[in-house]
Amino acid sequence: MDISRIDSSASLTSTPETTAREVLLGNPPSVSSNLPKEPLVLIEPNHAWSAISFSELWSFRELLYFLTWRDIKVRYKQTELGIAWAILQPLLAMLVFTLFFGRLAGVPSDNLPYPVFAYAGLLAWTFFANAITTSGNSLINSTHLITKVYFPRVIIPSAAIAAGLVDFAIAFGIMLVLMAYYRVALTWNILMFPLIVMLITLLALGMGMWLSALNVKYRDVRFALPFLVQLWMFVSPVIYPTSFLPAKFRWLLSLNPMTGLIEGYRSSLLGLPFNWTSLAASAGITLILLIYSSYAFRRMERSFADII
Amino acid sequence: MNAIVRVEDLSKQYSIGARATNYDTLRDSIVQTMRAPLNRLRGRNGRRDSETIWALKSVNFKIEPGEVVGIIGRNGAGKSTLLKLLSRITEPTRGRIELYGRVGSLLEVGTGFHPELAGRENIYLNGAILGMRRTEIARKFDEIVAFAEVEKFIDTPVKHFSSGMYMRLAFAVAAHLEPEILLVDEVLAVGDGRFQRKCLDKMKDVGRQGRTVLFVSHNMPAITRLCPRTILLDEGGVVCDGKSSDVVSAYLRSGLGTTAIRTWPDLKKAPGNEIVRLCAVRVCTEDHVVADAFDIRKPIGIEMEYEVLQPGHVLVPNYHFYNQDGVCAFVASETSAEWAGRARPVGRYISTAWVPGNFLSEGTLIVGAAISTMNPVLVHFYERDAVAFQVIDSMDGDSARGEYAGAVPGVVRPKLQWGSRMISSVRPPETAEVGRGAQ
Repeated sequence: MDISRIDSSASLTSTPETTAREVLLGNPPSVSSNLPKEPLVLIEPNHAWSAISFSELWSFRELLYFLTWRDIKVRYKQTELGIAWAILQPLLAMLVFTLFFGRLAGVPSDNLPYPVFAYAGLLAWTFFANAITTSGNSLINSTHLITKVYFPRVIIPSAAIAAGLVDFAIAFGIMLVLMAYYRVALTWNILMFPLIVMLITLLALGMGMWLSALNVKYRDVRFALPFLVQLWMFVSPVIYPTSFLPAKFRWLLSLNPMTGLIEGYRSSLLGLPFNWTSLAASAGITLILLIYSSYAFRRMERSFADII
Repeated sequence: MNAIVRVEDLSKQYSIGARATNYDTLRDSIVQTMRAPLNRLRGRNGRRDSETIWALKSVNFKIEPGEVVGIIGRNGAGKSTLLKLLSRITEPTRGRIELYGRVGSLLEVGTGFHPELAGRENIYLNGAILGMRRTEIARKFDEIVAFAEVEKFIDTPVKHFSSGMYMRLAFAVAAHLEPEILLVDEVLAVGDGRFQRKCLDKMKDVGRQGRTVLFVSHNMPAITRLCPRTILLDEGGVVCDGKSSDVVSAYLRSGLGTTAIRTWPDLKKAPGNEIVRLCAVRVCTEDHVVADAFDIRKPIGIEMEYEVLQPGHVLVPNYHFYNQDGVCAFVASETSAEWAGRARPVGRYISTAWVPGNFLSEGTLIVGAAISTMNPVLVHFYERDAVAFQVIDSMDGDSARGEYAGAVPGVVRPKLQWGSRMISSVRPPETAEVGRGAQ
């Protein structure tokens, strides 16, 4: 929009004070006579596949922030231990697995202390599992928003994942404590760490978008999801290394995008050698899934308000 | 002048099947997908036409910048669907909407309010959901809190708010939205009377600032007071579009809207609470026959049938009379000596109030029915626009209008006691003497 035109129209309807204020903030009041030539918004039926509009998403970035902030705030508001739950979940799981798998079953851990090995894997896994579970259910839990206000719906599953990322950051503190305790030093591999965390987040986003949209139409997803997450954990090298499997079955494991990501995550953090093929395969699958999900989401998004 | 909202051939089809079951199961969908190519070969869609309804069909209108337009119609006429389409919550099946300005929609107040969060936090959250920038919310924060009158409780979780405080806060945020086009759905039905008036004033201000407003409501008085223009929808189409008082009275006369009799057969869904529930409201003649048009000279009976479910409450039935311009003609509360200060035993009651003939002005009268308890004041229900009726001045010469055939202003048209007498047969020389002579 042309700012000067808005300015002149604003002065007709507002006090000088509000005119200056609103023009400065790029927030025009009523446009009384100078309307844009092209409609700002054109609403038409649209059945084609269309991409997510990043410019629109950007304009709603504050909503993403507020929804994430709400999720975190509300989650721990009524709990006695509060944010400590973010740490307890992977920590307790690690203790149980260390006892049963590390001590009793003697599962190998790539020559690392089993607690460090398991906590690293569980940390990444807990983030991923919580992210896809909460985002998968996020749309059907936001019926009141979807039927009453417009905004790009993808913000809802995204906010659920962003909130998970905050938990992840908190639980990561314990990781550093464990590494210091068992004297596992950081190496230059850590440079890959942000990239790998980003890939896990994107994979969670891809799964979350797709599952949440599917959940609107098929409530079966809600029941299938916890089961799926549990199964998925056991086919990912979370509490065992890939080397635990016979060599001829390992390729099967790499069909699972979490395999390369958890391995890579552990390598970057604990200084193990990277398995680049497996990581590249996971990154490829992640990107394909993300692109597919974003289109699928857009397609299903149109009918959310009608069927939710 | 160019339109700021242009709606062309707008149609929305819902598939009833999908709405009734709400969501499909995976199995149904798989069966459907397998059948789809077969159906396509046979030249029909997966869903037959009989299973769909048109919530809106070929709606066309234009709204100019700064117009405040009311949208009325009975339930299911397509009002809410229209607002949902305009606010992009759902997509049209056919047609198009062009919006030449930023849209803010208020289909509900307090959308996204979280009970666990404090008032302060909810203002930010709700503001962001409604499309306000964080800086914008921060700037208006104090104004919002003051408007809602919740200064003391701003850091209390809203789950501890009374419903009145909650609604006030919710509306306050919404009222500070500043889009170029504002869509409002029925949100004024909140809070007590004083706050409702405040909201109506705020809405009026919004209109005065030159913003374009579309206002859906069942509150005919509010519609006529706020909106110069009104669109009447019925069965998904525009039936009437014009001056609000004309459209509203056309709506009321057509029997589409409020009628002379309203009943609530299901007590559980009837207006009211655990103390008393409304069963029916009727407008009737002296002979207790329901009627919707009255000769101005005849008395009009307003009957309210209700069930008292709990003993021990002093109940005061009252009626609120509005004309088609939204002006409150008067409010009448039961004053019968029999029930004054006396608690009503459990049972079914009919309370009738008689409006005398030669009292109301001609036109459409809309009656709200309520039952309250005084001291402390508690409104058990208030069914606004419960019934409506017409008063017709037949110009037979013996009503208050006399021989005058033109439009007579005024909410009431009482036939007063008149008397004139001649006090002198000669014209006095000075007017001052008239006063002296009359004494």
